[in-house]
Amino acid sequence: MRSYFSRKLVTYGLTFFVAVTIDWAIPRLMPGNPIQGLIARMTLPPGASQAVTAYYEKVYGLNQPIWHQYLSFWTGLIHGNLGQSIYVVGSPVSSVIAQALPYTLGLLVPAILLGWYAGNKVGAMAARRKVLDNTVLPAGYLLTATPYMWLALLLAWVFGSVLRILPLAGGSTFGMPPSFSWPFIESLLQHWFLPFASLFLVGFGGWAIGMRNVIIYELEADYAHYLEALGAPQRLIRRYAFRNAMLPQITGLALAIGAVVAGALVTEIVFAYPGLGSLVFNAILNSDYFLLQGIFLFIIIGVLIANFVVDVVYVLVDPRTRIGMQGGRT
Amino acid sequence: MSIFKRRRGWAGVGAVAVAAVALLSTGGASAQQTPLAANYPRSQTLYTSGTQYGPPSNWNPMVTGNYATGTIGLLYETLFLYNPLNNQFTPWLAKSGSFTSSTVYTLTLRPGLAWSDGQPLTAADVVYTIDLGQYTAVPYHNIWTYLKSVTEVNTTTVSLAFKSTPNYQEWANFLYTYPILPKHIWQSRSLTDIITGTNPNPIGSGPYLYLAHDQTTMVWQRNPNWWGIKALNLKMAPKYIVDVANQSNNVALSLLLQDQLDLSNNFLPGIASLVGGIGGYPITTYYPKAPYMLSANTAWLVMNLKRTPLNDPVFRRALAFAMDIPAVVRSDYNYIVKGSNPTGMLPTWSQYVDQTLVKSLGFSYNPSKANQMLKSAGYKFGSNGMVETKSGKPINLSLIVPQGWSDWMAGIQILAQGAAKAGIQITPSFPAYNSLVAQRNSGNFDLVINNDQQISNTPWSYYQWMFGLPILKTQSYRNYGRYNNPTAWSLVQQLDRTPVTDTAGMKSAIAKLQQIQLSQMPVIPLWYNGMWAQYNTTTWSNWPSSSTYQTVPTLWRGYPNMGSVYMLAKIKPVKAG
Repeated sequence: MRSYFSRKLVTYGLTFFVAVTIDWAIPRLMPGNPIQGLIARMTLPPGASQAVTAYYEKVYGLNQPIWHQYLSFWTGLIHGNLGQSIYVVGSPVSSVIAQALPYTLGLLVPAILLGWYAGNKVGAMAARRKVLDNTVLPAGYLLTATPYMWLALLLAWVFGSVLRILPLAGGSTFGMPPSFSWPFIESLLQHWFLPFASLFLVGFGGWAIGMRNVIIYELEADYAHYLEALGAPQRLIRRYAFRNAMLPQITGLALAIGAVVAGALVTEIVFAYPGLGSLVFNAILNSDYFLLQGIFLFIIIGVLIANFVVDVVYVLVDPRTRIGMQGGRT
Repeated sequence: MSIFKRRRGWAGVGAVAVAAVALLSTGGASAQQTPLAANYPRSQTLYTSGTQYGPPSNWNPMVTGNYATGTIGLLYETLFLYNPLNNQFTPWLAKSGSFTSSTVYTLTLRPGLAWSDGQPLTAADVVYTIDLGQYTAVPYHNIWTYLKSVTEVNTTTVSLAFKSTPNYQEWANFLYTYPILPKHIWQSRSLTDIITGTNPNPIGSGPYLYLAHDQTTMVWQRNPNWWGIKALNLKMAPKYIVDVANQSNNVALSLLLQDQLDLSNNFLPGIASLVGGIGGYPITTYYPKAPYMLSANTAWLVMNLKRTPLNDPVFRRALAFAMDIPAVVRSDYNYIVKGSNPTGMLPTWSQYVDQTLVKSLGFSYNPSKANQMLKSAGYKFGSNGMVETKSGKPINLSLIVPQGWSDWMAGIQILAQGAAKAGIQITPSFPAYNSLVAQRNSGNFDLVINNDQQISNTPWSYYQWMFGLPILKTQSYRNYGRYNNPTAWSLVQQLDRTPVTDTAGMKSAIAKLQQIQLSQMPVIPLWYNGMWAQYNTTTWSNWPSSSTYQTVPTLWRGYPNMGSVYMLAKIKPVKAG
């Protein structure tokens, strides 16, 4: 067990190092210079413009040679300093991210977990009920094939524009100061619902179809027929089928996390939701190296942690892995 | 234990989901009637947007393109205001100011000015602020190319000595553009902090105080002790101003239609079809009919004069005749903008347009004439009918505008189609803003549209942008096309040294510049971008319009000091709160 996890940890460590290095390098390959863009918006007279550029390059450390910038990036990272944002001029990247992170987590965690849970449940039910199968299957295909932002636009149009029962944009009512009060929480929930729903529905469709197919496959497997021949009750057979069907779904969850994060980014842009997605979008538009680095760092860490959790869960739910690690044979 | 056994799980989740939907739906419905927090009563709060694209994070007026909406105008104040609509300077912090000799300007402050921390605002603050300009990185550093000294005469009088004939136009521009800063707070700051700092919890002298901000909003609260209440007899109508940061046109439009915005200074495509109660929406604009908006700046086609064939004035003039501006005004803007005068002078500067010159050298869309001009100048044409260089190489001009500027993105496609009819091939493309800036400033482009120069007190600001010399390796501010004409540049400087009251002198210098401009065509004026302003009249009425009072109706940076601060005193709550 220990060697299994230490092997995993080394893999995660390496992945982290490579991913963070790429994360550092990619924004710098974008055409254009962030300081030049910042200065261009100021429309300064010629002399001032050069002098101000020099000031900002110094403030952001962009006057250093590139290897030096890379080293100071790691030094900063180790000290928990992600640098200053260019898009939100003068704010530390960590505080910009800290403001946006709760919104994104609040969307992602429930959307991923509920979508996965509900999708698997409904998929499993569909596999054994004809009527349900006839409705869930087409609906599932439709949902999972829908691009996140398209479903988001559709939901925004129906609920925000036509029915006007939910707000179209933002994370809470504009101008309402955040407080731990019912009106504010209500406003948060109202603004949260549509982006959540669009992420949830797409995920739900995919999981439901996957689960239905795997269950049908498992019910046709030799062990299921053998149990049936022994006269075991249907309930028992289904229980075994479900257990086996869960394994690929758990692996799938680990793989899907990256895609859902990407989906959340576009969904947030559609709803002008003040999470990391909107922030990534603006960081790219403003070539904000530091903010982009910071956000992707969080995404990298998040995806790695999620994968690690899935690895652990896998050990717990799959006796073969567990026994294999303890030196036994399946 | 089996996951399968927890059968009630799904039913539970389902019940929660249904309950949530029900709850949110009813909550949403009730929120329609009272969408706002009690903290800022709706009838006393003005909701604005269209200036702030990202989170407000900066209250430093030195960071000119980035400070939070209202930092200059609501918080920090200028010595004068200038209203471009009637060409009037109004003393603001200053009581008066004038040239007391040919090289000395004497400024008198109003008595009883105060900072919001209770300290008096005196001549020492003015001297400190102007002195800061001696540092190269301060945005108004240019005043020190012609200023010699600034002296405090007494607590309300400042004397400014000029090196020689003052640059009157530039100086007048400074007087209403840059605000006076509190010396007692700023003098202990490092230069880096002054240039790039965020200036949190700012202390100003203006009609509003910083109250709060978050990622999407900036909240100002009326300053009950503002000096102007007594001295100017002005009372700001909204107790709170909530400026909403937003970069999406459709979000701004929906907020405006739902009465969650009172003043939208966003570009809202299709707004013409909603103005004047059409569809039941209480939306109005400055003009009740086309063009609906005032003009804020000229969109210019900047050509790279270092490249063939754009280095040929004949080709440039032919290109001007190939610009299908009427089609852009019609199909792209639906008539909310106006096509530009051939000189590019804004409507507020129409008195400076030399009409005789425009008659002889002006241009309008005429593809066959453009084609003819190129033919008679000796340009060859390929088998596809497209113009080639005189030596027979194909010409394909790339025209760039920033990604996401949707009106311009559509506009340049229309321009490309129109130019093709004249036989000029233009390929539109949309690099990201920063990438465009890099290409433009380094001279690595063919054609780019630019509207950096806003409406101001003087056409000088347009001409220095057009003809500014010297040409540097990186042109970060003006003359992106790298037009090198020392005669024109000395005329621009001559215009700068013409007193603002000497209209005849200004006209004569400008006529000479327009002669050069129209014959050499270093840039092509296209259309006037609108001073986008859409009002929802549900909560606030008496907005600026052609039939009420003449004030610029926007809180964009630089506009409160062009008079929109008056708008805040003139609007009226519909329901007394």
